[in-house]
Amino acid sequence: MNLVLLFTMIVASVIFVALVMVITRWISPRSFNRHKGETYECGIPTQGSTWIHFKAGYYLFAILFLMFDIEAVFLFPWATIVQELGTKALVGVLFFLFFLILGLAYAWRKKALEWK
Amino acid sequence: MIDFNSVTTAIDRFLNSVLPHQAATLVECLIIAVCAIVAYLTFAIVMIYMERKVCAAFQCRVGPDRVGKWGLLQVFSDVFKMLTKEIIELCSSDKILYTLAPFLVIMSSIITFSCLPFDNGLQVLDFNIGIFFIMAASSFGILGILLGGWSSNNKFSMIGAMRSGGQMISYELSMGLSVLTLVVLSGTMQISDLVEEQTKGWFIFRGHIPAFIAFIIYIISGNAETNRAPFDLPEAESELTAGFHTEYSGMGFGLFYVAEFMNMFIIAGIATTIFLGGWAPFTIPGADAFNSAMFMIPGFVWFLGKTFFVIWLLMWIRWTFPRLRIDQVLVLEWKYMVPIGLLNLLIMTICVVMGWTF
Repeated sequence: MNLVLLFTMIVASVIFVALVMVITRWISPRSFNRHKGETYECGIPTQGSTWIHFKAGYYLFAILFLMFDIEAVFLFPWATIVQELGTKALVGVLFFLFFLILGLAYAWRKKALEWK
Repeated sequence: MIDFNSVTTAIDRFLNSVLPHQAATLVECLIIAVCAIVAYLTFAIVMIYMERKVCAAFQCRVGPDRVGKWGLLQVFSDVFKMLTKEIIELCSSDKILYTLAPFLVIMSSIITFSCLPFDNGLQVLDFNIGIFFIMAASSFGILGILLGGWSSNNKFSMIGAMRSGGQMISYELSMGLSVLTLVVLSGTMQISDLVEEQTKGWFIFRGHIPAFIAFIIYIISGNAETNRAPFDLPEAESELTAGFHTEYSGMGFGLFYVAEFMNMFIIAGIATTIFLGGWAPFTIPGADAFNSAMFMIPGFVWFLGKTFFVIWLLMWIRWTFPRLRIDQVLVLEWKYMVPIGLLNLLIMTICVVMGWTF
């Protein structure tokens, strides 16, 4: 039943957005000229394409995020049973977090966390 | 306390007695979808009105007061104005992705919205991995923002989208860590169980110091997730005009706007659910008369009251602090919030294992 409801909500949100877009196209004025469709810029014609190689700094943080997010995924199932496992869970996760913080320290040391 | 489970069961039984099973399920899904979307829009309107009034109060102004009593009809007139605005067709954008972006943003926010427990049984989606599912569904919205910015083929949109992506994925992490801290305390991820557990006492009190640190981390990263000041770099109006939705006009922009406001509601709603007890009333162990008086107040009043309190907190932060720079934003996350979050997780684990929680 939960999956049916999830599917319902996905379909409902798609229909909702589509409906809004259809209504607004239906009641709003429409006219087209070449200058109106130009890329927005502060009074001057825009220079070149935007689809170029972008600053690498963002991708560096994306890679770091990937590493730490997967770690969070591993920790979630552990977190639900930590009360039953007791001290064993604590010792186990100490090792896990130690290696994780080692990774963060390495990135820190390599100046991957600086914005250049 | 009203138990909405009995209401839904009654409707289900009635529909099954009138219609065949599949048709009844279909009608139920239809009712739920319509109710959820109507609630979504109602809260969006309330939030926009509240934002204007709270902002005005913090800046010693009156705010909207001309359209209707206390300016109550202002938001409705704005919606109609936005609906009648022309959608400008762009020459150089990627048409398919440009149209797809609002769909993704709204979809992620509606799915997350339907996970919120408004009252006992008044919740659309209740998975056993609840809180994890919420994190997954809410991070889905970043895709829509990145697509919208990239497909517009505009420098402002592109920079806004990249900043937004960098900031949102970074703060996702500390948000995940603070949620994780609370999962360690509760031992369950299902939303209904989480709230049920908190009828004995809210987690922010039961988890004392680590839970409180987690709450502060959650509020800061929640503010960053919704792209609001002091973390509003993605749409810094003085540098990027409007950020990732610069090229969206009329209702295309309106949908991003609604999604942004509703994301703030959702952030506050999750904070309420995991820290402040969801629909569970405030109780003091031992004071039975007081507790039974508190249980007389309906659950959705508790939930909405606490949620709007957190929203007010977020608005207070938004209208008080100046904007950060992108390097400051990332340094704050990676050099302060992540190590503090990890340490806090460890403290909470020790507390839980040693039994130092209430």
